[in-house]
Amino acid sequence: MLFDDGKYVELDAGLSSPNPLEFVDRKPYSLRLKEAARITGMKDAVRVGEGNISGKPLIVCAMEFQFIGGSMGAVVGEKIARAIDRCIQKQLPLVIVSCSGGARMMEGTISLMQLAKISASLARLDEVKKPYISVLTNPTTGGTTASFAMLGDLNIAEPGALIGFAGPRVIEQTIHQKLPEGFQTSEFLLEHGMLDAIVPRPELKAYLAKSLDFMGAWNSDETSK
Amino acid sequence: MTKLTGQAAIVQDLERQISELERQTGSSVAQEEIKRLQEQIESLRQTGPSPQNKDAWTRVLLARHPQRPYTLDYIQMLFTDFTELHGDRRFGDDQAMVAGFARFEGRAVMVAGHQKGRDTKQKLARNFGMTNPEGYRKALRLMSLASKFGLPIITFVDTPGAYPGIGAEERGQAEAIAYNLKEIPKLQVPIIPVIHGEGGSGGALAIAVGDHVLMLENAVYSVIAPESCSSILWRDWEHKQEASRILKLTADDLYGFRIIDEIVPEPPGGAHADPEAAAGFLRAAIKKGLSDLLPLSLEELHRRRFDRLRSLATFVSEG
Repeated sequence: MLFDDGKYVELDAGLSSPNPLEFVDRKPYSLRLKEAARITGMKDAVRVGEGNISGKPLIVCAMEFQFIGGSMGAVVGEKIARAIDRCIQKQLPLVIVSCSGGARMMEGTISLMQLAKISASLARLDEVKKPYISVLTNPTTGGTTASFAMLGDLNIAEPGALIGFAGPRVIEQTIHQKLPEGFQTSEFLLEHGMLDAIVPRPELKAYLAKSLDFMGAWNSDETSK
Repeated sequence: MTKLTGQAAIVQDLERQISELERQTGSSVAQEEIKRLQEQIESLRQTGPSPQNKDAWTRVLLARHPQRPYTLDYIQMLFTDFTELHGDRRFGDDQAMVAGFARFEGRAVMVAGHQKGRDTKQKLARNFGMTNPEGYRKALRLMSLASKFGLPIITFVDTPGAYPGIGAEERGQAEAIAYNLKEIPKLQVPIIPVIHGEGGSGGALAIAVGDHVLMLENAVYSVIAPESCSSILWRDWEHKQEASRILKLTADDLYGFRIIDEIVPEPPGGAHADPEAAAGFLRAAIKKGLSDLLPLSLEELHRRRFDRLRSLATFVSEG
Protein backbone atom coordinates (compact mmCIF):
# COMPACT_ATOMS: atom_id res chain seq x y z
CA MET A 1 0.00 0.00 0.00
CA LEU A 2 2.79 2.42 0.87
CA PHE A 3 5.25 1.21 -1.75
CA ASP A 4 5.41 2.55 -5.30
CA ASP A 5 3.16 0.45 -7.55
CA GLY A 6 2.59 -1.85 -4.54
CA LYS A 7 5.92 -3.53 -5.29
CA TYR A 8 8.33 -4.69 -2.58
CA VAL A 9 10.60 -7.54 -1.57
CA GLU A 10 9.32 -9.37 1.49
CA LEU A 11 11.93 -10.12 4.19
CA ASP A 12 12.08 -13.00 6.65
CA ALA A 13 8.65 -14.30 5.66
CA GLY A 14 9.74 -17.81 6.64
CA LEU A 15 10.04 -17.17 10.38
CA SER A 16 7.39 -18.84 12.53
CA SER A 17 6.79 -19.60 16.18
CA PRO A 18 7.72 -23.02 17.63
CA ASN A 19 5.35 -22.46 20.59
CA PRO A 20 8.24 -22.09 23.05
CA LEU A 21 6.12 -22.39 26.20
CA GLU A 22 4.12 -25.33 24.83
CA PHE A 23 1.18 -23.16 25.73
CA VAL A 24 -2.20 -24.91 25.88
CA ASP A 25 -5.33 -23.32 27.27
CA ARG A 26 -8.75 -24.22 25.95
CA LYS A 27 -7.05 -24.62 22.61
CA PRO A 28 -3.36 -25.31 21.91
CA TYR A 29 -1.43 -22.21 20.85
CA SER A 30 -0.01 -24.20 17.93
CA LEU A 31 -3.57 -24.61 16.64
CA ARG A 32 -4.29 -20.89 17.07
CA LEU A 33 -1.15 -20.19 15.02
CA LYS A 34 -2.33 -22.51 12.25
CA GLU A 35 -5.76 -20.90 12.12
CA ALA A 36 -4.26 -17.40 12.05
CA ALA A 37 -1.92 -18.49 9.25
CA ARG A 38 -4.88 -19.86 7.25
CA ILE A 39 -6.89 -16.62 7.64
CA THR A 40 -4.02 -14.25 6.85
CA GLY A 41 -1.69 -16.28 4.64
CA MET A 42 1.13 -15.13 6.96
CA LYS A 43 3.31 -17.07 9.37
CA ASP A 44 3.13 -14.41 12.08
CA ALA A 45 1.70 -10.98 12.84
CA VAL A 46 4.10 -8.71 10.96
CA ARG A 47 5.06 -8.37 7.31
CA VAL A 48 8.37 -6.73 6.49
CA GLY A 49 9.07 -5.30 3.05
CA GLU A 50 11.85 -3.41 1.34
CA GLY A 51 10.87 -1.20 -1.55
CA ASN A 52 10.52 2.37 -2.73
CA ILE A 53 8.36 5.31 -1.73
CA SER A 54 8.32 8.15 -4.30
CA GLY A 55 11.27 6.48 -5.92
CA LYS A 56 13.38 6.31 -2.73
CA PRO A 57 14.23 3.12 -0.78
CA LEU A 58 12.95 2.24 2.70
CA ILE A 59 11.86 -0.65 4.89
CA VAL A 60 8.28 -0.95 6.12
CA CYS A 61 7.06 -3.30 8.87
CA ALA A 62 3.27 -3.67 8.89
CA MET A 63 1.46 -5.48 11.69
CA GLU A 64 -1.59 -7.63 10.92
CA PHE A 65 -4.39 -7.49 13.47
CA GLN A 66 -6.07 -10.58 12.00
CA PHE A 67 -3.12 -12.62 13.24
CA ILE A 68 -3.92 -13.23 16.96
CA GLY A 69 -4.79 -9.58 17.53
CA GLY A 70 -1.57 -8.37 15.92
CA SER A 71 0.17 -9.55 19.06
CA MET A 72 3.92 -9.45 19.44
CA GLY A 73 5.79 -12.64 20.23
CA ALA A 74 9.34 -13.69 19.46
CA VAL A 75 8.81 -13.84 15.69
CA VAL A 76 7.45 -10.29 15.50
CA GLY A 77 10.32 -9.18 17.75
CA GLU A 78 12.93 -10.92 15.64
CA LYS A 79 11.54 -9.72 12.31
CA ILE A 80 11.43 -6.09 13.44
CA ALA A 81 14.90 -6.33 15.02
CA ARG A 82 16.26 -7.74 11.75
CA ALA A 83 14.52 -4.98 9.82
CA ILE A 84 16.28 -2.42 12.04
CA ASP A 85 19.62 -4.22 11.56
CA ARG A 86 19.11 -4.01 7.82
CA CYS A 87 18.23 -0.31 7.98
CA ILE A 88 21.49 0.30 9.86
CA GLN A 89 23.49 -1.82 7.47
CA LYS A 90 21.98 -0.39 4.27
CA GLN A 91 21.42 3.15 5.62
CA LEU A 92 17.68 3.03 5.02
CA PRO A 93 14.82 4.79 6.79
CA LEU A 94 12.23 2.74 8.66
CA VAL A 95 8.44 2.89 8.94
CA ILE A 96 6.51 0.62 11.31
CA VAL A 97 2.74 0.51 10.94
CA SER A 98 1.33 -0.78 14.24
CA CYS A 99 -2.00 -2.47 14.69
CA SER A 100 -1.65 -4.59 17.75
CA GLY A 101 -3.15 -5.53 21.08
CA GLY A 102 0.33 -5.76 22.61
CA ALA A 103 2.60 -8.56 23.76
CA ARG A 104 1.44 -12.10 22.96
CA MET A 105 0.27 -13.85 26.11
CA MET A 106 0.94 -17.31 24.68
CA GLU A 107 4.66 -16.65 24.56
CA GLY A 108 4.73 -15.29 28.10
CA THR A 109 7.78 -13.41 29.31
CA ILE A 110 9.55 -14.16 26.01
CA SER A 111 7.03 -11.79 24.40
CA LEU A 112 7.73 -9.19 27.05
CA MET A 113 11.43 -9.33 26.26
CA GLN A 114 10.72 -8.35 22.64
CA LEU A 115 9.76 -4.85 23.87
CA ALA A 116 13.25 -4.42 25.29
CA LYS A 117 14.94 -6.05 22.32
CA ILE A 118 13.27 -3.84 19.70
CA SER A 119 13.72 -0.68 21.78
CA ALA A 120 17.43 -1.38 22.21
CA SER A 121 17.73 -1.92 18.45
CA LEU A 122 16.03 1.43 17.84
CA ALA A 123 18.62 3.06 20.08
CA ARG A 124 21.25 1.74 17.63
CA LEU A 125 19.32 3.14 14.67
CA ASP A 126 19.60 6.58 16.35
CA GLU A 127 23.36 6.32 16.12
CA VAL A 128 23.35 6.14 12.31
CA LYS A 129 20.86 9.02 12.10
CA LYS A 130 18.39 7.32 9.81
CA PRO A 131 14.78 8.30 10.55
CA TYR A 132 12.09 6.03 11.93
CA ILE A 133 8.42 6.96 11.65
CA SER A 134 5.88 5.10 13.78
CA VAL A 135 2.39 4.96 12.28
CA LEU A 136 -0.27 3.99 14.83
CA THR A 137 -3.52 2.54 13.51
CA ASN A 138 -6.64 1.21 15.19
CA PRO A 139 -5.99 -0.32 17.69
CA THR A 140 -2.47 0.03 19.15
CA THR A 141 -2.25 -0.85 22.83
CA GLY A 142 -0.24 -2.60 25.53
CA GLY A 143 3.36 -3.61 24.99
CA THR A 144 3.39 -2.39 21.40
CA THR A 145 2.58 1.17 22.51
CA ALA A 146 4.96 0.77 25.46
CA SER A 147 7.85 0.12 23.10
CA PHE A 148 8.45 0.84 19.41
CA ALA A 149 5.10 2.45 18.58
CA MET A 150 5.88 5.42 20.88
CA LEU A 151 9.56 5.64 19.91
CA GLY A 152 9.36 7.11 16.44
CA ASP A 153 11.33 10.18 15.46
CA LEU A 154 7.80 11.02 14.45
CA ASN A 155 4.74 9.31 15.92
CA ILE A 156 1.73 9.73 13.67
CA ALA A 157 -1.70 8.13 13.81
CA GLU A 158 -4.75 7.56 11.69
CA PRO A 159 -7.86 9.52 12.74
CA GLY A 160 -10.01 7.95 15.45
CA ALA A 161 -7.65 5.09 16.30
CA LEU A 162 -7.71 3.58 19.80
CA ILE A 163 -4.24 4.10 21.25
CA GLY A 164 -3.18 3.50 24.82
CA PHE A 165 -1.17 1.52 27.30
CA ALA A 166 -3.96 -0.15 29.26
CA GLY A 167 -7.10 -1.18 27.41
CA PRO A 168 -10.24 0.86 28.21
CA ARG A 169 -11.94 -2.12 29.88
CA VAL A 170 -9.01 -2.68 32.24
CA ILE A 171 -9.01 1.00 33.22
CA GLU A 172 -12.77 1.01 33.85
CA GLN A 173 -12.46 -2.09 36.00
CA THR A 174 -9.62 -0.54 37.97
CA ILE A 175 -11.09 2.88 38.63
CA HIS A 176 -14.79 1.95 38.61
CA GLN A 177 -15.71 4.95 36.52
CA LYS A 178 -16.95 5.46 33.00
CA LEU A 179 -14.21 6.78 30.76
CA PRO A 180 -14.65 10.23 29.22
CA GLU A 181 -15.83 10.51 25.62
CA GLY A 182 -12.96 10.28 23.15
CA PHE A 183 -10.49 8.93 25.75
CA GLN A 184 -7.49 7.15 24.17
CA THR A 185 -8.33 8.21 20.62
CA SER A 186 -5.73 9.61 18.24
CA GLU A 187 -7.21 13.06 18.83
CA PHE A 188 -6.88 12.62 22.63
CA LEU A 189 -3.23 11.65 22.23
CA LEU A 190 -2.52 14.58 19.92
CA GLU A 191 -4.06 16.92 22.49
CA HIS A 192 -1.89 15.40 25.24
CA GLY A 193 1.28 15.82 23.28
CA MET A 194 1.96 12.20 22.40
CA LEU A 195 1.64 12.47 18.61
CA ASP A 196 3.26 14.65 15.96
CA ALA A 197 0.26 14.54 13.66
CA ILE A 198 -2.91 12.76 12.65
CA VAL A 199 -2.84 11.71 9.02
CA PRO A 200 -5.73 10.11 7.12
CA ARG A 201 -4.83 6.99 5.17
CA PRO A 202 -5.11 8.48 1.63
CA GLU A 203 -2.55 11.16 2.58
CA LEU A 204 -0.21 8.80 4.39
CA LYS A 205 2.17 7.93 1.60
CA ALA A 206 2.81 11.53 0.58
CA TYR A 207 3.19 12.54 4.23
CA LEU A 208 5.77 9.83 4.90
CA ALA A 209 7.79 10.62 1.78
CA LYS A 210 7.85 14.33 2.62
CA SER A 211 8.74 13.85 6.30
CA LEU A 212 11.44 11.27 5.64
CA ASP A 213 12.96 13.68 3.16
CA PHE A 214 12.93 16.49 5.77
CA MET A 215 14.85 14.20 8.12
CA GLY A 216 17.51 13.51 5.53
CA ALA A 217 16.53 9.90 4.98
CA TRP A 218 18.12 9.80 1.57
CA ASN A 219 20.93 12.31 1.95
CA SER A 220 23.89 10.47 0.64
CA ASP A 221 27.04 10.56 2.66
CA GLU A 222 30.35 8.74 2.41
CA THR A 223 29.33 5.85 4.62
CA SER A 224 26.26 4.91 2.61
CA LYS A 225 28.08 4.23 -0.62
CA MET B 1 2.76 -23.27 67.69
CA THR B 2 4.46 -19.88 67.47
CA LYS B 3 4.31 -20.17 63.69
CA LEU B 4 0.55 -20.68 63.78
CA THR B 5 0.16 -17.70 66.07
CA GLY B 6 2.25 -15.65 63.65
CA GLN B 7 0.09 -16.73 60.77
CA ALA B 8 -3.11 -16.00 62.66
CA ALA B 9 -1.78 -12.53 63.39
CA ILE B 10 -1.08 -11.94 59.69
CA VAL B 11 -4.58 -13.09 58.75
CA GLN B 12 -6.04 -10.80 61.37
CA ASP B 13 -4.01 -7.90 60.04
CA LEU B 14 -5.13 -8.59 56.48
CA GLU B 15 -8.75 -8.73 57.59
CA ARG B 16 -8.33 -5.39 59.34
CA GLN B 17 -6.84 -3.93 56.14
CA ILE B 18 -9.78 -5.21 54.14
CA SER B 19 -12.26 -3.45 56.40
CA GLU B 20 -10.19 -0.26 56.23
CA LEU B 21 -10.12 -0.43 52.47
CA GLU B 22 -13.85 -1.05 52.36
CA ARG B 23 -14.32 2.31 54.05
CA GLN B 24 -12.19 4.00 51.35
CA THR B 25 -15.13 4.69 49.09
CA GLY B 26 -13.17 7.29 47.12
CA SER B 27 -10.24 5.00 46.38
CA SER B 28 -10.25 3.65 42.89
CA VAL B 29 -7.97 0.67 43.32
CA ALA B 30 -9.27 -0.41 46.72
CA GLN B 31 -11.64 -3.00 45.22
CA GLU B 32 -8.82 -4.78 43.42
CA GLU B 33 -6.67 -4.72 46.52
CA ILE B 34 -9.48 -6.15 48.65
CA LYS B 35 -9.72 -9.03 46.22
CA ARG B 36 -5.99 -9.58 46.50
CA LEU B 37 -6.00 -9.43 50.27
CA GLN B 38 -8.81 -11.96 50.44
CA GLU B 39 -6.78 -14.18 48.17
CA GLN B 40 -3.76 -13.82 50.42
CA ILE B 41 -5.82 -14.89 53.43
CA GLU B 42 -7.10 -17.86 51.50
CA SER B 43 -3.58 -18.76 50.45
CA LEU B 44 -2.20 -18.50 53.97
CA ARG B 45 -4.90 -20.87 55.11
CA GLN B 46 -4.22 -23.27 52.26
CA THR B 47 -0.46 -23.37 52.22
CA GLY B 48 0.49 -22.67 55.80
CA PRO B 49 3.61 -20.73 56.61
CA SER B 50 6.12 -23.05 54.92
CA PRO B 51 4.78 -24.45 51.68
CA GLN B 52 6.84 -27.42 50.59
CA ASN B 53 5.25 -28.01 47.25
CA LYS B 54 6.27 -25.00 45.20
CA ASP B 55 4.17 -25.05 42.08
CA ALA B 56 3.81 -21.87 40.01
CA TRP B 57 0.73 -20.66 41.88
CA THR B 58 2.45 -21.15 45.24
CA ARG B 59 5.28 -18.96 43.95
CA VAL B 60 2.76 -16.30 42.90
CA LEU B 61 1.37 -16.32 46.44
CA LEU B 62 4.84 -16.19 47.99
CA ALA B 63 5.86 -13.35 45.66
CA ARG B 64 2.81 -11.41 46.91
CA HIS B 65 3.11 -12.52 50.51
CA PRO B 66 2.06 -9.65 52.79
CA GLN B 67 5.17 -10.06 54.95
CA ARG B 68 7.62 -10.35 52.05
CA PRO B 69 10.46 -7.80 52.21
CA TYR B 70 9.82 -4.80 49.95
CA THR B 71 12.36 -2.68 48.09
CA LEU B 72 13.08 -0.28 50.97
CA ASP B 73 13.54 -3.27 53.30
CA TYR B 74 16.24 -4.66 51.02
CA ILE B 75 17.80 -1.22 50.60
CA GLN B 76 18.01 -0.90 54.36
CA MET B 77 19.51 -4.38 54.78
CA LEU B 78 21.98 -4.25 51.86
CA PHE B 79 23.22 -0.66 51.69
CA THR B 80 24.48 2.12 53.91
CA ASP B 81 23.97 5.87 53.54
CA PHE B 82 20.82 5.57 51.42
CA THR B 83 20.00 9.09 50.31
CA GLU B 84 16.60 9.22 48.66
CA LEU B 85 16.17 11.53 45.69
CA HIS B 86 12.78 12.65 44.50
CA GLY B 87 10.84 13.69 41.46
CA ASP B 88 10.91 13.48 37.68
CA ARG B 89 11.36 17.26 37.09
CA ARG B 90 8.34 17.03 34.81
CA PHE B 91 5.23 16.43 36.84
CA GLY B 92 5.68 14.98 40.29
CA ASP B 93 7.24 12.55 42.70
CA ASP B 94 5.79 9.06 42.37
CA GLN B 95 5.81 7.28 45.72
CA ALA B 96 5.46 3.91 43.99
CA MET B 97 9.06 4.28 42.80
CA VAL B 98 11.95 5.06 45.12
CA ALA B 99 15.50 5.94 44.10
CA GLY B 100 18.65 7.43 45.46
CA PHE B 101 22.35 7.22 46.23
CA ALA B 102 23.59 4.45 48.48
CA ARG B 103 26.76 2.58 49.35
CA PHE B 104 27.16 -1.12 48.69
CA GLU B 105 30.11 -2.56 50.61
CA GLY B 106 31.49 0.97 50.67
CA ARG B 107 31.09 1.62 46.92
CA ALA B 108 28.85 4.49 45.80
CA VAL B 109 25.92 3.22 43.70
CA MET B 110 22.46 4.31 42.53
CA VAL B 111 19.44 2.27 43.55
CA ALA B 112 15.92 2.49 42.15
CA GLY B 113 12.90 0.30 42.66
CA HIS B 114 9.15 -0.13 42.94
CA GLN B 115 7.83 0.31 46.44
CA LYS B 116 4.69 -1.26 47.92
CA GLY B 117 3.07 -0.21 51.18
CA ARG B 118 2.68 -2.38 54.23
CA ASP B 119 -0.38 -0.92 55.97
CA THR B 120 -3.48 0.63 54.42
CA LYS B 121 -2.21 4.18 54.57
CA GLN B 122 1.13 3.27 52.99
CA LYS B 123 -0.55 1.08 50.40
CA LEU B 124 -2.61 4.01 49.18
CA ALA B 125 0.39 6.37 49.27
CA ARG B 126 2.48 3.86 47.30
CA ASN B 127 -0.46 3.14 44.98
CA PHE B 128 -0.04 -0.60 45.69
CA GLY B 129 3.31 -0.52 43.92
CA MET B 130 1.73 0.48 40.62
CA THR B 131 3.90 3.16 39.06
CA ASN B 132 2.69 6.19 37.12
CA PRO B 133 4.66 7.70 34.21
CA GLU B 134 6.47 10.11 36.54
CA GLY B 135 7.84 7.13 38.48
CA TYR B 136 9.49 5.66 35.38
CA ARG B 137 10.75 9.12 34.43
CA LYS B 138 12.19 9.63 37.91
CA ALA B 139 13.98 6.27 37.70
CA LEU B 140 15.45 7.11 34.30
CA ARG B 141 16.48 10.60 35.39
CA LEU B 142 18.43 9.21 38.31
CA MET B 143 19.85 6.27 36.36
CA SER B 144 21.13 8.77 33.79
CA LEU B 145 22.64 10.79 36.60
CA ALA B 146 24.36 7.62 37.82
CA SER B 147 25.70 7.03 34.33
CA LYS B 148 27.06 10.58 34.19
CA PHE B 149 28.96 10.16 37.46
CA GLY B 150 30.03 6.55 37.02
CA LEU B 151 27.85 4.94 39.69
CA PRO B 152 26.78 1.32 39.08
CA ILE B 153 23.00 0.88 39.16
CA ILE B 154 21.00 -1.71 41.08
CA THR B 155 17.25 -1.81 40.45
CA PHE B 156 14.60 -3.57 42.53
CA VAL B 157 11.56 -4.89 40.71
CA ASP B 158 8.33 -5.53 42.60
CA THR B 159 5.11 -4.32 40.99
CA PRO B 160 1.75 -5.80 39.99
CA GLY B 161 2.14 -3.64 36.85
CA ALA B 162 2.15 -0.07 35.59
CA TYR B 163 -0.89 1.82 36.86
CA PRO B 164 -3.85 1.66 34.46
CA GLY B 165 -5.57 4.98 35.15
CA ILE B 166 -6.84 8.06 33.33
CA GLY B 167 -4.04 10.35 34.46
CA ALA B 168 -1.42 7.73 33.64
CA GLU B 169 -2.70 7.53 30.07
CA GLU B 170 -2.93 11.32 29.76
CA ARG B 171 0.66 11.72 30.88
CA GLY B 172 1.94 8.99 28.55
CA GLN B 173 2.34 5.75 30.50
CA ALA B 174 3.28 3.89 27.32
CA GLU B 175 5.76 6.56 26.23
CA ALA B 176 7.41 6.60 29.66
CA ILE B 177 8.00 2.84 29.61
CA ALA B 178 9.08 2.82 25.96
CA TYR B 179 11.54 5.66 26.48
CA ASN B 180 13.16 3.85 29.42
CA LEU B 181 13.53 0.73 27.26
CA LYS B 182 15.34 2.73 24.62
CA GLU B 183 17.50 4.86 26.94
CA ILE B 184 18.56 2.39 29.66
CA PRO B 185 20.61 0.25 27.23
CA LYS B 186 22.71 3.35 26.44
CA LEU B 187 23.75 4.01 30.05
CA GLN B 188 27.48 3.80 30.59
CA VAL B 189 27.63 1.93 33.92
CA PRO B 190 26.89 -1.67 34.96
CA ILE B 191 23.22 -2.32 35.71
CA ILE B 192 22.04 -5.18 37.93
CA PRO B 193 18.24 -5.57 38.04
CA VAL B 194 16.85 -7.65 40.91
CA ILE B 195 13.38 -9.13 40.47
CA HIS B 196 12.53 -9.82 44.09
CA GLY B 197 8.73 -9.93 44.23
CA GLU B 198 6.21 -9.43 41.45
CA GLY B 199 7.55 -8.74 37.98
CA GLY B 200 4.37 -7.34 36.45
CA SER B 201 4.84 -7.00 32.69
CA GLY B 202 5.89 -3.69 31.07
CA GLY B 203 5.70 -1.92 34.40
CA ALA B 204 8.43 -4.22 35.69
CA LEU B 205 10.49 -4.32 32.49
CA ALA B 206 10.78 -0.51 32.44
CA ILE B 207 13.48 -0.79 35.14
CA ALA B 208 14.54 -4.42 34.57
CA VAL B 209 16.84 -4.10 31.54
CA GLY B 210 20.47 -4.55 32.46
CA ASP B 211 23.65 -6.58 32.37
CA HIS B 212 23.09 -9.34 34.90
CA VAL B 213 19.46 -9.96 35.83
CA LEU B 214 18.94 -11.53 39.25
CA MET B 215 15.67 -13.14 40.30
CA LEU B 216 14.76 -14.41 43.73
CA GLU B 217 13.75 -18.05 43.94
CA ASN B 218 10.08 -17.32 44.71
CA ALA B 219 9.66 -14.16 42.63
CA VAL B 220 7.53 -14.24 39.48
CA TYR B 221 7.94 -12.35 36.20
CA SER B 222 5.17 -12.41 33.66
CA VAL B 223 3.68 -10.66 30.66
CA ILE B 224 0.27 -10.72 32.38
CA ALA B 225 -1.11 -11.53 35.84
CA PRO B 226 -2.42 -15.11 36.08
CA GLU B 227 -5.86 -13.78 37.07
CA SER B 228 -6.06 -11.60 33.96
CA CYS B 229 -4.77 -14.42 31.77
CA SER B 230 -7.47 -16.67 33.22
CA SER B 231 -10.17 -14.10 32.61
CA ILE B 232 -9.10 -13.62 28.97
CA LEU B 233 -8.75 -17.31 28.12
CA TRP B 234 -11.47 -18.85 30.29
CA ARG B 235 -13.58 -15.74 31.02
CA ASP B 236 -13.29 -16.28 34.78
CA TRP B 237 -10.70 -16.08 37.59
CA GLU B 238 -11.05 -19.74 38.51
CA HIS B 239 -8.29 -20.92 36.21
CA LYS B 240 -5.64 -18.66 37.74
CA GLN B 241 -3.63 -21.64 39.00
CA GLU B 242 -3.55 -23.25 35.58
CA ALA B 243 -2.79 -19.86 34.02
CA SER B 244 0.16 -19.37 36.37
CA ARG B 245 1.49 -22.75 35.29
CA ILE B 246 1.21 -22.23 31.53
CA LEU B 247 2.63 -18.68 31.65
CA LYS B 248 6.02 -20.09 32.75
CA LEU B 249 6.62 -17.23 35.16
CA THR B 250 8.88 -18.82 37.79
CA ALA B 251 12.60 -18.18 38.20
CA ASP B 252 13.35 -21.74 37.09
CA ASP B 253 11.35 -21.32 33.89
CA LEU B 254 12.89 -17.95 33.06
CA TYR B 255 16.42 -19.14 33.77
CA GLY B 256 15.75 -21.89 31.26
CA PHE B 257 14.80 -19.28 28.64
CA ARG B 258 17.88 -17.17 29.54
CA ILE B 259 15.58 -14.25 30.37
CA ILE B 260 17.26 -14.04 33.76
CA ASP B 261 20.92 -14.74 34.46
CA GLU B 262 20.90 -16.04 38.02
CA ILE B 263 18.46 -17.41 40.57
CA VAL B 264 19.04 -16.07 44.08
CA PRO B 265 18.05 -18.61 46.74
CA GLU B 266 15.63 -17.76 49.55
CA PRO B 267 15.60 -19.17 53.07
CA PRO B 268 13.24 -22.11 53.78
CA GLY B 269 9.63 -20.91 53.69
CA GLY B 270 10.48 -17.86 51.57
CA ALA B 271 12.12 -14.46 52.00
CA HIS B 272 9.53 -13.34 54.57
CA ALA B 273 10.45 -16.22 56.89
CA ASP B 274 13.95 -14.80 57.38
CA PRO B 275 14.50 -11.44 55.63
CA GLU B 276 18.10 -11.10 56.85
CA ALA B 277 18.99 -14.46 55.35
CA ALA B 278 17.28 -13.50 52.09
CA ALA B 279 19.27 -10.26 52.01
CA GLY B 280 22.45 -12.24 52.69
CA PHE B 281 21.94 -14.39 49.59
CA LEU B 282 21.14 -11.30 47.55
CA ARG B 283 24.20 -9.44 48.83
CA ALA B 284 26.46 -12.26 47.66
CA ALA B 285 24.85 -12.28 44.20
CA ILE B 286 25.10 -8.49 43.75
CA LYS B 287 28.70 -8.55 44.94
CA LYS B 288 29.63 -11.21 42.43
CA GLY B 289 27.68 -9.49 39.66
CA LEU B 290 29.46 -6.19 40.25
CA SER B 291 32.88 -7.80 40.40
CA ASP B 292 32.22 -9.49 37.05
CA LEU B 293 30.89 -6.33 35.38
CA LEU B 294 33.08 -3.56 36.76
CA PRO B 295 36.29 -4.63 34.95
CA LEU B 296 34.57 -4.60 31.53
CA SER B 297 35.31 -1.79 29.11
CA LEU B 298 32.35 0.37 28.08
CA GLU B 299 32.44 -1.13 24.63
CA GLU B 300 32.35 -4.67 26.01
CA LEU B 301 29.61 -3.78 28.49
CA HIS B 302 27.42 -2.34 25.74
CA ARG B 303 28.08 -5.20 23.37
CA ARG B 304 27.15 -7.78 26.00
CA ARG B 305 24.06 -5.83 27.09
CA PHE B 306 22.80 -5.57 23.53
CA ASP B 307 23.64 -9.17 22.58
CA ARG B 308 21.89 -10.39 25.71
CA LEU B 309 18.63 -8.74 24.57
CA ARG B 310 19.12 -9.51 20.89
CA SER B 311 19.50 -13.23 21.57
CA LEU B 312 16.11 -13.46 23.32
CA ALA B 313 14.46 -15.10 20.39
CA THR B 314 12.73 -18.34 19.66
CA PHE B 315 11.58 -19.05 16.16
CA VAL B 316 11.86 -21.57 13.41
CA SER B 317 13.08 -20.51 10.02
CA GLU B 318 12.17 -21.98 6.69
CA GLY B 319 12.41 -20.90 3.10
